Amino acid sequence: MTDASLPSSSENRERVSLMAPDARTQKRKAAERRFRMYGIAGIATGIFFLIVLLVSIVSSGAGAFQQTFITVSVYLDPAKLDKNGNRNLEEISKVSTFGYTPLIQQALFDKVQENGIETPLEKSKDMKALISASAAAQIRDVVISNPDLIGETVDFRILASSRVDGYLKGRVQREDVARDKNIDAEHLDLVDALQPFGIIEKTFNMDFITGADASESRAESAGIGVAMIGSFFMMLVVLVLSLPIGVAASIYLEEFAPKNRWTDLIEVNIANLAAVPSIVFGILGLAVFIQFMHLPQSAPLVGGLVLTLMTLPTIIISTRASLKAVPPSIRDAALGVGASKMQSVFHHVLPLAAPGILTGTIIGLAQALGETAPLLLIGMVGFIASNAPDGIASGLLDPNSAMPAQIYEWAKRADPAFYERAWGGIIILLGFLISMNTIAVILRRRFERRW
Amino acid sequence: MSFKKLSTSTLAIAVVTAATAASARDQVQVAGSSTVLPYASIVAEAFGENFDFPTPVVESGGSSAGLKRFCQGVGTEHTDIANASRAIREKEIKACADNGVTDIIEVRIGYDGIVFASQFDGPDFTAFTESDIFNALAPKVMVDGELKENPYTKWADFNADLPDEDILAFIPGTKHGTREVFEEKVIAAGCEATGAMEAMIAGGMSEDEAEDACLEVRTDGRSVDIDGDYTETLASIDANANAIGVFGLAFYENNTDKLKVATMAGVEPTTETIAAGEYPVSRPLYFYIKKAHIGVIPGLKEFAEFFVADEIAGPDGPLAEYGLVSDPELAETQATVAGEQVMGGGS
Repeated sequence: MTDASLPSSSENRERVSLMAPDARTQKRKAAERRFRMYGIAGIATGIFFLIVLLVSIVSSGAGAFQQTFITVSVYLDPAKLDKNGNRNLEEISKVSTFGYTPLIQQALFDKVQENGIETPLEKSKDMKALISASAAAQIRDVVISNPDLIGETVDFRILASSRVDGYLKGRVQREDVARDKNIDAEHLDLVDALQPFGIIEKTFNMDFITGADASESRAESAGIGVAMIGSFFMMLVVLVLSLPIGVAASIYLEEFAPKNRWTDLIEVNIANLAAVPSIVFGILGLAVFIQFMHLPQSAPLVGGLVLTLMTLPTIIISTRASLKAVPPSIRDAALGVGASKMQSVFHHVLPLAAPGILTGTIIGLAQALGETAPLLLIGMVGFIASNAPDGIASGLLDPNSAMPAQIYEWAKRADPAFYERAWGGIIILLGFLISMNTIAVILRRRFERRW
Repeated sequence: MSFKKLSTSTLAIAVVTAATAASARDQVQVAGSSTVLPYASIVAEAFGENFDFPTPVVESGGSSAGLKRFCQGVGTEHTDIANASRAIREKEIKACADNGVTDIIEVRIGYDGIVFASQFDGPDFTAFTESDIFNALAPKVMVDGELKENPYTKWADFNADLPDEDILAFIPGTKHGTREVFEEKVIAAGCEATGAMEAMIAGGMSEDEAEDACLEVRTDGRSVDIDGDYTETLASIDANANAIGVFGLAFYENNTDKLKVATMAGVEPTTETIAAGEYPVSRPLYFYIKKAHIGVIPGLKEFAEFFVADEIAGPDGPLAEYGLVSDPELAETQATVAGEQVMGGGS
């Protein structure tokens, strides 16, 4: 600073010891200490909020990875499932899931009686509140794929209802159930009594990671798997489109394009596009891809196209930066030994810039993966992720959701069990984002060359 | 990566894109009311399980938004069914007709109650009448026999039985069908009951103008529009102990640990009181089918028939279990769907 170099006359100057700093030095040092304190305080606040966020995410979402299951032996009654007794698949499949529900209720009721558990619930129908509505579909699928099982007693591991699951997880409290019409204290007593027999148990729930979305009445069977596949196909579209286009555009702009007003204008526009709110791309996608080009609603292809628009500027900017970072001497040397301009770019500059380009691409993809706003407008939020796609074309074109959209949808639903799953979904999404960013960091560390 | 590879992959995407533009859709698409969404998703799931058709796709967004999309035209890129928590309006029918959507089948799936609830540990908001809500939320109310700008800031100001708390209510925004029911069955009813409507007519308004004026709510921040879903209302109630919120009966029943419900004119909202017609604030729920899509979209008619079948929409079906009040005239609705009878007579 300037005051350090001010000329000071020796007469005015106080005699000071070199060992003890004078007042002005002390003041400067104090100011520096304070500044460091501000910095540390800033970082500490940041870390504090990060910890609060992580703790709340993990504590609210960990429950989603566990689920309560009931083990029952269901007698597949031929009188109910195959009235004519001819094992005709067409006739068997006419029995809807509603025909299976009483069998399951009877099976659980028998289990209760068998083990001599005393309960005021006296009818098999009373078991309904304990059993997930998804159980009937699960058993019907097994019977249809293997009709010979009819007439036998088969062990099934079925889901417990979301209230029972909530009770075992501490979400449903005994004092609240008096007002809850979905379950009552007698059922909770029965759950307590069944637990020691291992009939009701809480275990790790793979279905949450691999399963499809479920309707509002069966939160217990909802999973994020299909939405994950939707996200995967969207990222595929983004990668396949935005990487080549982005790299080609940046190579041209950086290496070949003349520097004139037009390229300046393009450059400014790219920088501006990177700052456009993502919802704008959603509206654009709705207008262009769906209403004008008639692409299907809710399709990951459209989602991918919209997110490509959003990711392109990010990729172009980072690619141009890493191309710029390659020193001109490399190009000059290549040109000097007789390489053409294109050869110098593709044989020398591009390989050296590749780590930077990949890092930029991965970060762009991670951004696109977490994006919800544009997906709202192209119909990817709702009860959508219910069928797993059975191929690449169906993965791209059949209605599907995406992970962040699925989380948003769950957070809106009435049953508090969905809320827990929304947090569980956030954990999975965060896992993906963190691993993508880690890959980007590793790539940069490993392959980046400093000049 | 070579240019060859780059251009091939780009080309491949372009081909896929072009191919899809022509391809048909094989699942039913539904959009509309967020109140009907839970019911529609329950039916869609059961439909996917029991039929060979793929599970229909159900989007939300509000009755008005859903009907708007529904009315955009005929063709596979448009939705097949619009869910609505109110009946379709004349001008929407006209907008539909302008875009070529003429044959619409109206299906009433049942009734839904609208309840007033507040924080469980909050003040004693346990009994309201339509007049209370009107006095609390209307811009102009009757004070000592005269129509005045609403002077009330606390509930106890106009009804000593209510808690001495600041008035704050979270009501559905205008894009929700629930808002219309709230206005007509609560605010307008309160307007008539307090005599405000008569005073308006006596003050020189025509009857129609007075009816419209009766539907307004105050804009000084004591009545807050919620454009999102009931979860947003619930979050607002969670944050404001003295506030009341408007919910669907099914949503309330899923969150009884956080909310307590208030009676309306002395009647507690339950599926029974709504079915019996005792609880005043209920409304029919509908969905609308584009007849031109039947036979084009596989499974559309089957889905509609399945929706109103006794085992689904009947009094013991999964919809009633979730909170829908089943329609006593379900058999007629089933006949409507089976016969594909469109609105406004004809067939």
